[in-house]
Amino acid sequence: MEQNAHGAHTHYDAEASKIGMWLFISTELLLFGGLFIVYSIYRYLNADAFHLAGEELNITIGAINTVLLLVSSMTIAMSTSTLQLKKKGATLGLLAVTIIIGLVFLVNKYFEWGTKFEHGIFPGSEHMLNEFSQGEILFFGLYFVMTGLHALHIIVGLIVILFAVVRIQKGTVHENRAALLENAGLYWHLVDLIWIFLFPLFYLIH
Amino acid sequence: MSEEKHHIVPYRVYVFVLLALLALTFASIGITSIELGEFTVAAALIFACVKTFLVLTYFMHLKYDKKYIVAMVIFVFAIFFAVIVITFLDYLYR
Repeated sequence: MEQNAHGAHTHYDAEASKIGMWLFISTELLLFGGLFIVYSIYRYLNADAFHLAGEELNITIGAINTVLLLVSSMTIAMSTSTLQLKKKGATLGLLAVTIIIGLVFLVNKYFEWGTKFEHGIFPGSEHMLNEFSQGEILFFGLYFVMTGLHALHIIVGLIVILFAVVRIQKGTVHENRAALLENAGLYWHLVDLIWIFLFPLFYLIH
Repeated sequence: MSEEKHHIVPYRVYVFVLLALLALTFASIGITSIELGEFTVAAALIFACVKTFLVLTYFMHLKYDKKYIVAMVIFVFAIFFAVIVITFLDYLYR
């Protein structure tokens, strides 16, 4: 990562940026890690209710969203290669695809949550309090908090990628100053990584 | 592999990794649809861990990074694992 193309006035240290990003990613992993532990403990204590509640979730939508995130992870990873190869157009194109896929993911999530809301499943709903057991309420509480926090990360990731797009367009991010794009990529992969665990834990394990 | 400057990962590596990730996703959907009882959770988590390894190694470039960054990541996962073990020891033996 040693680059000597220092700008006249701005400091640039790709390696330090990378370390900083990884430290931040570490805190994010532990944040979601803590939530996963909460989930596992409650699942252990309410196995039957979690089993029942999990069947409410639509595996197809979950699977589509998984595929979307995996593909978008590939496109942003590829964009780091195209940037190194000085293919600006291809880089911007791949990032545009990444952003579009991220938006489609959010739209899916909107409809998925919307269906739950229509069925009276949302935190604090009368329907849940009257009809659901304690364990099922816990399951949906965790479902909304964890997928919601994940969706928030998607939104942040999209904004970061958008910054990278603008800077690449302006030419201030290029093959010798790629840290912003590299770090945007790392963040997007983190979001993907979290979903890799959310999907089986909520949708698949019955 | 190539010059010290910056490793440019060939596109095909990313395509292969994506195909592997998609295959693992569908495999995990398949295996959890079978009634395996207690093993369903284990199977789903094993698939997720393999996918995580692929994403960290290739998409997040750990394979091409300096070793101390890999050590940092392993350290975080080790802490996380330790917390899981301690928490479950508490719940299982209280």
